[in-house]
Amino acid sequence: MAGRAQPVSPGAGLVAAALVAAIILGAVAAVFWRADTGAGLGPADWAAIRFTVFQAILSATFSVLLAIPVARAFARRRFQGRGVLVTILGAPFILPVIVAVFGLLAVFGRNGWLSIVLGWVGLPPVQIYGLHGVVLAHVFFNLPLATRLILQGWGDVPAEQFRLAAQLGFSASHTRRVIEWPMLARTVPGVWAVIFAICITSFAVALTLGGGPRATTVELAIYQAFWLEFDLGRAALLSVIQIILAGVAAAIALKLTPFEGLGAGLDRTVMRWDASALSLRFWDAGLIALAALFLLLPMAAIVLSGFGALADLPAQVWRAAGVSIIVALASTAILLALAVPLSWSIAQAKGAGMEIAGILGLAASPLVIGTGFFVILNPFVNPQDLALVVTALVNALMALPFALRILVPGAREVARGHGRLAVSLDMSGWPYLRHIFLPRMRARIGFAAGLTAALSMGDLGVVVLFADPQLATLPLQMYRLMAAYQMEAAAGAGLLLLSLSLFLFWAFDAGGRRGAAA
Amino acid sequence: MLQLDRVTIVNGGFRLAADLSITPGRRVAVMGPSGAGKSTLVNGIAGFHDVPQGRVLWQGEEITALPPGKRPVAMLFQDGNLFPHLTIRQNAGLGLRPDLKLNDGDWAQVDQALTRVGLADLGARRPAELSGGQQSRAAWARVLVQAKPILILDEPFSALGPALKVEMLDLVAELTAESGATVLMVTHDPEDAARLADEIVLVADGTAHPPEDAQAMLADPPPALKAYLGEG
Amino acid sequence: MKYLAFAAGVLSASAVVAETPELTVYTYDSFVSDWGPGPAVEAAFEEVCGCDLKFVGAGDGAALLARIRLEGARSEADVVLGLDTNLTAAAAETGLFAPHSVSAEYDLPIDWTDDTFVPFDWGYFAFVHNADLAAPANFKSLGESDLSIVIQDPRSSTPGLGLLMWVKAAYGDEAPAIWEGLADNVVTVTKGWSEAYGLFLEGEADMVLSYTTSPAYHLIAEEDASKTAAAFEEGHYMQIEVAGKLASTDQPELADQFLQFMVSDAFQSIIPTTNWMYPAVTPESGLPEGFETLITPETALLVPAAEAPALREEALAEWLGALSQ
Repeated sequence: MAGRAQPVSPGAGLVAAALVAAIILGAVAAVFWRADTGAGLGPADWAAIRFTVFQAILSATFSVLLAIPVARAFARRRFQGRGVLVTILGAPFILPVIVAVFGLLAVFGRNGWLSIVLGWVGLPPVQIYGLHGVVLAHVFFNLPLATRLILQGWGDVPAEQFRLAAQLGFSASHTRRVIEWPMLARTVPGVWAVIFAICITSFAVALTLGGGPRATTVELAIYQAFWLEFDLGRAALLSVIQIILAGVAAAIALKLTPFEGLGAGLDRTVMRWDASALSLRFWDAGLIALAALFLLLPMAAIVLSGFGALADLPAQVWRAAGVSIIVALASTAILLALAVPLSWSIAQAKGAGMEIAGILGLAASPLVIGTGFFVILNPFVNPQDLALVVTALVNALMALPFALRILVPGAREVARGHGRLAVSLDMSGWPYLRHIFLPRMRARIGFAAGLTAALSMGDLGVVVLFADPQLATLPLQMYRLMAAYQMEAAAGAGLLLLSLSLFLFWAFDAGGRRGAAA
Repeated sequence: MLQLDRVTIVNGGFRLAADLSITPGRRVAVMGPSGAGKSTLVNGIAGFHDVPQGRVLWQGEEITALPPGKRPVAMLFQDGNLFPHLTIRQNAGLGLRPDLKLNDGDWAQVDQALTRVGLADLGARRPAELSGGQQSRAAWARVLVQAKPILILDEPFSALGPALKVEMLDLVAELTAESGATVLMVTHDPEDAARLADEIVLVADGTAHPPEDAQAMLADPPPALKAYLGEG
Repeated sequence: MKYLAFAAGVLSASAVVAETPELTVYTYDSFVSDWGPGPAVEAAFEEVCGCDLKFVGAGDGAALLARIRLEGARSEADVVLGLDTNLTAAAAETGLFAPHSVSAEYDLPIDWTDDTFVPFDWGYFAFVHNADLAAPANFKSLGESDLSIVIQDPRSSTPGLGLLMWVKAAYGDEAPAIWEGLADNVVTVTKGWSEAYGLFLEGEADMVLSYTTSPAYHLIAEEDASKTAAAFEEGHYMQIEVAGKLASTDQPELADQFLQFMVSDAFQSIIPTTNWMYPAVTPESGLPEGFETLITPETALLVPAAEAPALREEALAEWLGALSQ
């Protein structure tokens, strides 16, 4: 029925969803097919699964619990530079893992700033390594995302409700009970599940900060099966478990929060009469300052440690930066080709099937996907020739779930608001997309494109099997510098990576907003 | 007496000047061209816009800086008068206590108000389950429970059909006659004004003019009102 | 735009039919990087072979073997360079490698008799620390000390696996007790060598698992004599890196020529200051100045390649048991 009532058929989106599912499930299937041995899972694998789920639960819970007061502080305060601060605080989410870990250690490590300050007052250094270190790092990565999503929840509360609350003389606690709790009850489970899904596939963070083999995640077990034992069957099996864990979380997320998204209303602040008390103002200001310190100090450390080396970075690093930018732009193009049709199809559909297809990229192990692609492509072409194409594709698939969260709510609004009018004007297909859909979606598309480009810049992707020495990406070049003892140059490359990621994000995001139809 | 003592009300970049007073118990229509500042005026009185100059007084006491909920004002908005996730009974109960910790007597009062607006049996429903007219009545129940001496209506019935609107206007007249509340109603329809209002405040050219008798003003409108009403 | 054109150029280059014979060598990524031996080796070999030497980087040694196994007999590789003795048994078992014809006077602490793989460099694993640290002289006193160490995970990293074999080779059935002693010294375990060494340089730990040759980098490349390696009385475990010819190669003569070249002075003299390992055959000019300052272990430990896989499994289980408590 939806197809008749809407000016564009959902066909293109269905094709995109099927394509995504085929690519990812096909890659996993190829690994299974290639496997000789059929060894099942051992006790160590089950221990890894338990730890993975446990740390992901803790990470998601802490990220969300901390994000709620921070988001509330942002939601009810208006100040100079608020928009810029919200944007910059989003940066950790797009940081490459290795860069972020070193930034975190510069602040929280045994020899970090915090330990030095503690030393002044005679306290022992911080013990960062262990489960709490893993959780701290995951909170660092995901607090920005959680804050943005929950802030969106506040933005979605109609301004009239706060006006009515003021009319009725609500205090801050009344507002919490009547307006904010119900909103959070709708929003928070979905946010929690998204972060849970992200933390499920964590590998390098969990390992480096985990303090030992206690912190073995499923992704590391996959690595062991592939790298150490060449047991492809077990690697694929573990990958399937990972997909199921993240997929179930994602399905719950979508079920709980069908209409919530990343995009609009972030800059909209509603005048709030319930929170004008001086104590609440100090509370909110303190929270925003703390969150900013927590998120910005590690980034400051990255800037400080890399700044000196920036001037005389080897030429190869600049070349790698060029390659990475090309890959990021290609990823963005692929992403838009998939996500835009998906978004209008999902907007017309009732079920969540297509959106779950979109989650697969986040849930699948990059190592297994890469191996699967390799198995499929190797008989026909030299995988090295496709290194950049495959990297761009995988990065696009990884960013797809986030892009859909941004685009789908907007597509729903457009379909609801203008679908019938367009049909009555006999407007359909390309004219509708060009004159109605795309202009109305411009800001969200810019945001999604920026996020994808930035994520793609920082991702190591599937380069292990597809690496092309001449066309190394910037993260790979950074690893090479480290492997060649050139830690300072690597720090410089890390800073370059951070700057380029932020720049790409900003350029797309701002470009989308400029001239966007309001 | 509601007094606006040489006030300036600021709404974004827009400023509205007002120097007038309204007698308690009067029903006043606020009229004027689109964008002239009718809503700005009533929102300033209700406390939603800043009043950087002048004083707002009620019965001689200054209320200029009071937050909206502390003012002697109850307000019906164009929309968003009900929380969609609360029942009608809870929505009305909010008028009594924002934390909804109501005792039996309070609930009785809420039910009485619901009965008064003709929704006695629908208290357990949520707003989405009601018709437009029923939603307006539910909001009225809340206003009744609030029992504030000043009632502000910001084009509250503009989305209702003609018959329903007349019914609601009569309900306003009836209920405020009982309570003796002072009414300020923003409207663009002279028939609304004729039906309900004792007096009219004309808002035009950045100024809210003192109230004048409604019948006389409608019979012989001043130029600004005449231009707005479009009568030759 | 320049990069686009560049990328397009490289992508299409492989389509051009090469006039000269081409030798494809799979190796690990850091060998082929601009800071590794790759570029110099390529130039030196192409001077003498009249061929086009093409290095293909693929992760690390283990990923290299995985890739060869995935490609099987279809592989374009003629030579695989960069496996170590932990992997040679598994590599030989695949049946994908052909015997070599290389003869050389190796300067290895052990006799080399393998007829499939040719060694090109080697080193000792060691804990590297700042020179002003009073370092322990064996695993037991390290375990009793309160020094902090960073190690690599044996499930994802070659040095991590090396340490596992080191403790096992030195202590046999006592290995679990050694690991229990070390458990509270281990600050953290990283995915690979780079992360661990980075953590050490950032001051996150007193010592890091690396190679006895690591201080040579700081001394020679950075003129920094502050790093040294701790000599352990048990002896030090060796890593011997090897290359082998694939049975499926379409350039068998060229592959043999490369392997022979690999143990010649031209190749071997490149190794010390690019791969920061000992050359398998010491070049006539000797080792670079600075290498004489490195510690030279009394005992060289190495588990024979054939026994490595079984021992590895046992050692990994012990390691997991001791460090997971």
